[in-house]
Amino acid sequence: MPVEAPGLSAPDPEDIFASMKGERMRPTSEAELSVAIKAARSLVVRGGGTRRAAAEAGEVLQTSGLTGVTLYEPGALTLVARAGTPVAEIGAALAGERQRLAFEVPDLRGLLAREGISTIGGVVAANASGPRRVQVGACRDALLGVRFVDGAGNIVKNGGRVMKNVTGYDLVKLMAGSCGSLGVITEVAFKVQALPEAEVTLVAERGLPEGLADLRRALGSPFDISGAAWLDGRAMIRIEGMAGSVAYRADQLRALLGDWQELAADWTAVRDVTPFAERPGAVWRLAVKPSAAAGIVKALGLEAICDWGGGLVWLLDPEGEADVRDAVQGLGTATLLRALPSQTLPVFHPEAAGVAALTRALRAHFDPRGIFNQGMMG
Amino acid sequence: MQMPIPNATIMSRKAAICMRLAGVVPPDALITDPAETRAYECDALTAYRCAPLAAVLPRSTAEVAAVLRICHEEGVPVVPRGSGTSLAGGALPTADCVILGVGRMNAVLETDYDNRFIRVQSGRTNLSVTGAVEADGFFYAPDPSSQLACAIAGNIAMNSGGAHCLKYGVTTNNLLGVVMVLMDGTVVELGGPWMDGGGIDLLGVVCGSEGQLGVVTEATLRILPKPEGARPVLVGFDSNEVAGTCVSDIIKAGILPVAIEFMDRPCIRATEAFAKAGYPDCEALLIIEVEGSQAEIAEQLERIKAIALTHNPVEFREAADEDQARRIWLGRKSAFGAMGQINDYMCLDGTIPVSSLPYVLRRIGEMSAECGLDVGNVFHAGDGNMHPLILFDANKPGDLERCEAFGAEILKLCVEVGGCLTGEHGVGIEKRDLMKVQFAPEDLAAQLRVKDVFDPKWLLNPAKVFPLDVTAERRAS
Repeated sequence: MPVEAPGLSAPDPEDIFASMKGERMRPTSEAELSVAIKAARSLVVRGGGTRRAAAEAGEVLQTSGLTGVTLYEPGALTLVARAGTPVAEIGAALAGERQRLAFEVPDLRGLLAREGISTIGGVVAANASGPRRVQVGACRDALLGVRFVDGAGNIVKNGGRVMKNVTGYDLVKLMAGSCGSLGVITEVAFKVQALPEAEVTLVAERGLPEGLADLRRALGSPFDISGAAWLDGRAMIRIEGMAGSVAYRADQLRALLGDWQELAADWTAVRDVTPFAERPGAVWRLAVKPSAAAGIVKALGLEAICDWGGGLVWLLDPEGEADVRDAVQGLGTATLLRALPSQTLPVFHPEAAGVAALTRALRAHFDPRGIFNQGMMG
Repeated sequence: MQMPIPNATIMSRKAAICMRLAGVVPPDALITDPAETRAYECDALTAYRCAPLAAVLPRSTAEVAAVLRICHEEGVPVVPRGSGTSLAGGALPTADCVILGVGRMNAVLETDYDNRFIRVQSGRTNLSVTGAVEADGFFYAPDPSSQLACAIAGNIAMNSGGAHCLKYGVTTNNLLGVVMVLMDGTVVELGGPWMDGGGIDLLGVVCGSEGQLGVVTEATLRILPKPEGARPVLVGFDSNEVAGTCVSDIIKAGILPVAIEFMDRPCIRATEAFAKAGYPDCEALLIIEVEGSQAEIAEQLERIKAIALTHNPVEFREAADEDQARRIWLGRKSAFGAMGQINDYMCLDGTIPVSSLPYVLRRIGEMSAECGLDVGNVFHAGDGNMHPLILFDANKPGDLERCEAFGAEILKLCVEVGGCLTGEHGVGIEKRDLMKVQFAPEDLAAQLRVKDVFDPKWLLNPAKVFPLDVTAERRAS
């Protein structure tokens, strides 16, 4: 049997990527991954490379060899998949049973000028959540279990696939949003959601302070809204559920808020921050006390897109000179998701000394040789 | 139940340690008399008791920090305590420990309806959090059945759930931020009145860490607008399996009830004898509650009825008014009391995948027959959180041990089918020695490393959560 000579087969796009970025590893099992980690000195953990905020140096470790839905029980609202599984593949499997990931995965490829295929492990590592976060919680709230390999090569599981589980410490939450700094996620288990039979969006022309005030009133009503955003001079409210219930709640909200129109609306623009995608400048992601959002935006004088009733604010800073962190001090955090070359600020909001010490120590305990994503989280 | 041997040096230095503590808290906040420290000898897992060295009841974060700093310097273990309602022995003292009770710290610090949060001191009881906001149409969602007494501090420590968490989630999903004191007296703030601030989610791992990572003194909690109304239905079946399938069908249809409760025949009979709620005498019954306006409730119940009727229930009972709704819940809410009337009982808390329900119930029945102890099952079916109640006679020698052994077998079964040891009560001392059933050594080691970071001297809530042999080296050093 002839041995295939290297270089004679069709070039794999990933190999082209690797030749550009240096060496590349693509383990296909946790055992292989563990061996690779033990041998590595410095790794950049990469799912689809679609949401990474900071540039890093190191060998690229791909999770794309760890793929596939390993368990899906529609009747238990549970799905388990390997970390490198494309989000689209999971979405398709769920759609086949009229279900979905409740937290609405954002696609930031346009905003961050990335190509590639978003993976479910990357979504978890970023704790990435869209507009429905106000109703159903974040990615981390839907995450039931994880498997990962830590910086010493230990294969670890935590949580599981059941909806209520307080057995031992909750490392599931720790891994969600840790940006690959504590370990390489290999498998994730989710609570999923049935697709609603009806959806309505109410829209009103509003300035930012008035619009956000209306959204907060809607969120404080019993009418259970699944989206509360402000974009381009318009406030938007989404209602989902059974047909009769959706119609009822839309009526009640109109009675509460006044001149709101039922309109077809594109929530992906909010979810993916598409209006800022083609525009030059730095992009900030603010997580703030909702009632403080309008004041912060006004003080900075920057263009804004708001989600989560004002709890999530996207800012476009064309010159990259606004003192955003100063403006949110005590009111939340500011992440510099898309920096200009001239900006040298850390990506994540600096933590208070006591918290920063805990974070540093955690990283040192899970990644004692400091090999994962150096520079990613400061 | 094995507990570590108390540290003789600490025991002999009690007077000196208490004198230092007296220097940082008022006289009425320090309890050292053995006649009084006995009040703290156990929590709601009363089978295990041990009086602490002393108890301290601070009134502020600063006092908590001062007490912890002293204990840290003296190497004295500290057992944090909310209201002492843990069913898992989470607040069981050791003889050489200081109990740090947060019960006197129960103030509401800030109520913000515009941003839908409340900030409270952690000793405040769960129900009184809702009490502080319900006149304005809001509530705090997690509702453990001890909610009248249990403290938010304990809810955070155990990541408490409740009957309504099918829709609203458990404590961790409703917790926005905490002020916490580390064992060395450092005060840290995690999170705040915003969502997903980025960085490593320390708040996420603190919630559910059973008081082993720090002492939470303040909490920022999500409050929700109260639904317009709620109504339950009762559905009886002549088979557990069919009832289980019905639960699965309802969930799959996209209906999201706030609660789906399940009772089996032994539990129905005991409850009926005690509370006379008028339940049908059947193999299994479901109580399903939905929320919304009258029209929304009707819409959901119509769907549920259509699904239930395809499974030929022996009864489908709707509530025409408030009184009938109350009667539907009456038996379920009396279930634990009813079982307690018959016998002593041990309440388990394992969770299983909903799809395994029929198999697990059948196996529990077989195991019950084998070991000669009766079991009643009452649980949150929507999320698979079981509460098998094993009946035993505490006065009969050997019965408690037999009951514990049987309980352990049931929990192993839960893990075997893909579930876990505890869904909402916590590990405490009760399930500590079963952790190896669910976790491999590497899994436990990763958790121990978190403890190493927050409490390097391993002084906070010792001898809980992890098997003693796993932690021996760390506790000794």
